[in-house]
Amino acid sequence: MGITRRSILGGLALGGTGLALAPRPSWAQSSKKLRIGVLNDQSGPYRDVSGLNSVVCVKQAIADFGASAKGLEVEVLSADHQNKPDVGAAIARQWFDRDGVDMIIDVPTSSVALAVANVCREKNRVYINVGAGTAELTGSQCAPTTIHWAYDTWMLAHSTGGATVKTGGNKWFFIPADYVFGHDLERQTSQFVTEAGGKVLGHATYAFPGTTDFSSFLVQAQASGANVLGLANAGADTQNCIKQAHEFGLTQQARIAALLMFITDVHALGLETAQGLVLTESFYWDLNDKTRAFTARIKDKTPNNYPNMVQAGCYAGTLHYLKAVSALGVDRAKASGAEVVARMKATPTEDDCFGTCKIREDGRVLVPAYLFEVKKPSESKGPWDYYKLLVTTPGDQAFRPLAEGHCPLVKS
Amino acid sequence: MRALDATPAAAPARSALGAPRAHVVAMGVMVLFVVLAPFILYPVFLMKVLTFALFATAFNLLLGYVGLLSFGHAAYFGMGAYVTAWSVKVLGLTPELGILLGGLTGAALGLVFGGIAIRRQGLYFAMITLALAQMVYFFCVEAPFTGGEDGIQQVPRGRLFGLIPLANDMVIYWVVAAVFVGGFLFLYRIVHSPFGQVVKAIRENEPRAISLGYRTDSYKLIAFVLSTFLAGIAGGTKSLVFGIATLTDVHWSMSGEVVLMTLVGGLGTVFGPALGALIVTAMENYLAPFGAWVTVTQGVIFVACVLAFRRGILGEIAARLKLDL
Repeated sequence: MGITRRSILGGLALGGTGLALAPRPSWAQSSKKLRIGVLNDQSGPYRDVSGLNSVVCVKQAIADFGASAKGLEVEVLSADHQNKPDVGAAIARQWFDRDGVDMIIDVPTSSVALAVANVCREKNRVYINVGAGTAELTGSQCAPTTIHWAYDTWMLAHSTGGATVKTGGNKWFFIPADYVFGHDLERQTSQFVTEAGGKVLGHATYAFPGTTDFSSFLVQAQASGANVLGLANAGADTQNCIKQAHEFGLTQQARIAALLMFITDVHALGLETAQGLVLTESFYWDLNDKTRAFTARIKDKTPNNYPNMVQAGCYAGTLHYLKAVSALGVDRAKASGAEVVARMKATPTEDDCFGTCKIREDGRVLVPAYLFEVKKPSESKGPWDYYKLLVTTPGDQAFRPLAEGHCPLVKS
Repeated sequence: MRALDATPAAAPARSALGAPRAHVVAMGVMVLFVVLAPFILYPVFLMKVLTFALFATAFNLLLGYVGLLSFGHAAYFGMGAYVTAWSVKVLGLTPELGILLGGLTGAALGLVFGGIAIRRQGLYFAMITLALAQMVYFFCVEAPFTGGEDGIQQVPRGRLFGLIPLANDMVIYWVVAAVFVGGFLFLYRIVHSPFGQVVKAIRENEPRAISLGYRTDSYKLIAFVLSTFLAGIAGGTKSLVFGIATLTDVHWSMSGEVVLMTLVGGLGTVFGPALGALIVTAMENYLAPFGAWVTVTQGVIFVACVLAFRRGILGEIAARLKLDL
């Protein structure tokens, strides 16, 4: 009963006509409108690192710039790439081809970040990456449309590796995840540790993914007599290592250096577990009056979450982009992403989060790197009062030298 | 579930080509959709649908017709993608050779893995294929040529036969459409050949097929290799469309996704898996702006599908119309 062959055929015919008559989304009608796409993880492991808070920060930048007062109409789109490169690349293509998006920002997860960078290069649209760590974005895979904000793996290894030695942590033991990212991070960090006069006593590689019990690796670290334990991994693995090291009492003997960690991760772990941890970020809300003012503006819109360096980078990137667009004029900015990026590189950045910084010709934003130590619970005076500043590396020294990046855009 | 595949008592109406009329009509509708859709919908999205449709149809050859649940088809799909991407980018092969090489990689892997796995049935078969696929995943995480976490990026689309540049989305769309329709017809022919009849007999009652003198292991292995060959082709095509081959393609969740597409569309139906691929991919694509709600919405829709369409969407329609689709 119910469904007959005729009714299905009729339905098919109707559906077909509907499909044919459906208006094609057209963006040519309102070409004056600037569209910014925030593409990041909104449901997976990097949700708190980027996610909806990045969208809030982008909107805050538009408000702080006073876009509507300056006659700029800006629309913000956002999507979840689910950490899948093909989903990310497909959304980026669709945004450019169908929705008239002019700039994509954030994009955590290296594989997705590189895929989107290539789409932006092909379509000549602006790409401001903040969320991903791979230094390839400004290295061999750099593009005239790419700008990389906030951090990269080289900067993390350099700051955490080199600067920790200066503060006394000179005997290192590594626990790297057994894949390219883990090995690269370990190799780079070891190099900086040795250059700064420290010693690497050994390492214990663990199978990735799938390891949750780190006890045997932590025992090896304990036996080595190291005073710094370097965690060359990310996300849940880092958190598990820290929790278990805390339970083993390893934190009494050695300092833990997390090579990729954000204030949002520290918040998730809690100070009791995370105390004494050293890590590198390029932004901390309690750094100076300007960062505090920025956080005060953003705080009400992001309940229970203070901005980390990725979210601050989304703010700063959007602000600098809007300045370049209004200097060039919307029509020229919409026509060529590479021209906007060239303009952005030519003018120094100026914002509340990172201060005044230069953008290098390979697209690297030279923000200062801060080595922080996580406070003891007794030292923390208020919500999110987590970091003690140990060492500051100025922007021109914090990142990989131009010559070592082999970016094809850089003429030697 | 099986009943709808059994030949109905009255022979179904046949067209001049010898195929049931319902199949000819459905095939016509499908080809019409493939030809007309890029003028209405976004071509890159459609290409993704077509590659997954081919992947799901290839998978259905095993699950729907041989009755073997392989839970490791991502290995053949993903390795096909990697080898195509690598051979086009590093060796500079033309796209059609790259895709063929991807398919052969899938077939070679399928020959080895199938040879091991078909000795067991049911759950054990599924677990062995999953275990072997996980080995491939770890290989891809570690091997230098896959680029680990970053994957193979910036794969050029190249020139078809060294002549036709594929950079334009509409041009490559016709290539992908041809690969899909070709692969689909190839599978259709296999399923409706004497070989396909034997394979279905093995599904229904393996001891009886053995007693009739068929070497069932050989039949199963051939079906396995054919399925993995087309899975490799689908993976290779996808890597050219997006210019990337990454760990997502070999991850076990991809094996799960293809099972899902087949079940949503209709297990053991000719056209069901392709429809399932369209539905699953469309959800992933059109729900993306809703952020965190994507996975929740997907879950609700799947629960609804399982409750309302036990035989899959097309399977249910076919059963209502008393047709074999």
